[in-house]
Amino acid sequence: MSAENEKTVYESACIRENPRSKNEIVMYGVMLPKHMPIKLAAPRWLWLTLALLLALLLLPLAAPLFYIYIISVIFVTALLAMSLNLVLGYGGVYQFHHAVFYGVGAYTATLLITELAMPAWLAFAAGPVVAAFTGLLIGWFCVRLTKLYFGMLQIALGSLVWVIAYRWYDVTGGDNGIHDIPMPEFLMSFQGAYYFILIITVVCVALMYLILNSPFGATLQAIRDNPERCEAIGVNVRQHQLIGIVIASFFGGVAGVLFVALERSVFPGLLFWVLSLEILVMCLLGGWFTFAGPILGAAIVVALRTVASRYTDYWTTILGIVLILLIFFLPEGVMGWARERFKPRASKADQGGVS
Amino acid sequence: MLRVESIYKSFDDFMAVNGACLTVERGALVAVIGPNGAGKTTLFNLITGLHKPDRGKIIFEGQEIGGLAPYEICRRGVARAFQIANIFPRLSVFENVQVAVFARQRQSHNLFQPAQKLARAETDAILQSTGLESQARRVAGALSHGDQRILEIAIALGSQPHLLILDEPTAGMSPEETAKTMNLVQQLARARGITILFCEHDMDIVFSVAQSIMVMRHGETIIQATPDEVRQNHQVQEAYLGGADA
Ligand SMILES: Nc1ncnc2c1ncn2[C@@H]1O[C@H](COP(=O)(O)OP(=O)(O)O)[C@@H](O)[C@H]1O
Ligand SMILES: [Mg+2]
Repeated sequence: MSAENEKTVYESACIRENPRSKNEIVMYGVMLPKHMPIKLAAPRWLWLTLALLLALLLLPLAAPLFYIYIISVIFVTALLAMSLNLVLGYGGVYQFHHAVFYGVGAYTATLLITELAMPAWLAFAAGPVVAAFTGLLIGWFCVRLTKLYFGMLQIALGSLVWVIAYRWYDVTGGDNGIHDIPMPEFLMSFQGAYYFILIITVVCVALMYLILNSPFGATLQAIRDNPERCEAIGVNVRQHQLIGIVIASFFGGVAGVLFVALERSVFPGLLFWVLSLEILVMCLLGGWFTFAGPILGAAIVVALRTVASRYTDYWTTILGIVLILLIFFLPEGVMGWARERFKPRASKADQGGVS
Repeated sequence: MLRVESIYKSFDDFMAVNGACLTVERGALVAVIGPNGAGKTTLFNLITGLHKPDRGKIIFEGQEIGGLAPYEICRRGVARAFQIANIFPRLSVFENVQVAVFARQRQSHNLFQPAQKLARAETDAILQSTGLESQARRVAGALSHGDQRILEIAIALGSQPHLLILDEPTAGMSPEETAKTMNLVQQLARARGITILFCEHDMDIVFSVAQSIMVMRHGETIIQATPDEVRQNHQVQEAYLGGADA
């Protein structure tokens, strides 16, 4: 190649339109069609998802109230677990005290209604925003540490927030919490709450799917795989992790608001570390390298808790046993196990990305 | 383009880099040689910001970059492939490169556009020029050792570097892979005008490819000169080429 030619290629740095054909790009000396065939992210499960959604929409017409209530609880919990998994499974961030943001969302919405008599909609919108802000605050300190140290600091800072909820009797009602929070008319029935929760959850899950499939989502996964290399390719790792934490806290806050809409009460247990452990278990149980895993994990844990509470008071013990069994027998969760077990072709497992 | 002026770095009390100097002209292919433990990798770590220098200056394109964060140095045009394959093992080969392209395009904050539709042409071009296109959809962690090292370089190309630093690019490769890789390196330098700084154990490769060679020992620079001058140099012959490491 001539010296002159070298210079052009270098100065064009990378992409240069080929003057002869508008449909080709010359790059790194290689000709490429300008419009590459794009394989859309058509979710393999699209039809199944739509069918499931339809079933869920029709469910209240047939199901007894108790089931409508339990399924609502599963939605709220699933959204909470998915919001955690956004930074845990996809970001590799040791978000050990995620319940804090759930609790902050719930308490914010509640206090704005009971103390300031705000309209419920405004209070509901404020919950996730304040939760995200709390995430920014706590995360700002935590991203300065790595891995386990990150998790320990988060538990410490999160416990401070819990103490406020637990001790500040005049405002938060202390360990009693706050009950019978006034709600708009149509949230007063289980069916109304069910539809409200279903719609918000579906919207949030769709948003999280978009985010995980965006360049930001790809970068977050790259950080999980290899933060050192990410720095070396020009990614400000801490900043991305912090943004991830803020997003996760926001959706955690949405889940908190949905809890209030369903239960019309709040109590310090919402931001206690035991709940954080519980949602961690949900992610691990469902499969924290899969998008839908946490939903499955949440459903299993909520069902288990509902059944177990009929027979025993030792729910935390059961949770511990589940965790131990999990570590030994299903290290990649139910979804990870199913993918291994039923993968259609060997090459399927070779495909990366959000599935 | 790059000037390293007597730079020092110690770990505890051990001087890993002890006053090394280096000059890299624009468009050149420069090699750093020296026995194991001479401080070559540490020198590269200093230039790319992985370590902060104790003393000394690193001037890149007229600006001091010593002590900047790695991502800032990368954004100024220095990219780097590591000695030990340092990839994103759970992502596909395509995504490995694409993420680097996103970072360079300042797209990595983009939250709502599908990543699959973005930066495709550039990513595909890099994969083609490095011969990885047939593996694009495979999970990177499943590649052979040789291909992982190539991917290592492909990721660095995603940053569109002015200066590309390669740390023993052919280590652990078969002779065919080595030839392929060195072809690629020369192609990058000639056809694309990327300035390349690399270190390498194979002296045949170094003396046939490099235009300038810097010899390191115990963290110090013995000499930096053309291959012929380095061959003639008595100090180098005694200290290195004639010694046990030749
Ligand atoms: N992070 C580190 N901590 C402590 N010692 C290090 C570190 N990195 C390198 N060293 C030491 O510095 C010396 C130079 O290492 P290195 O730069 O890897 O040499 P080379 O790449 O020339 O083989 C070695 O003795 C190594 O043990
Ligand atoms: Mg080395």
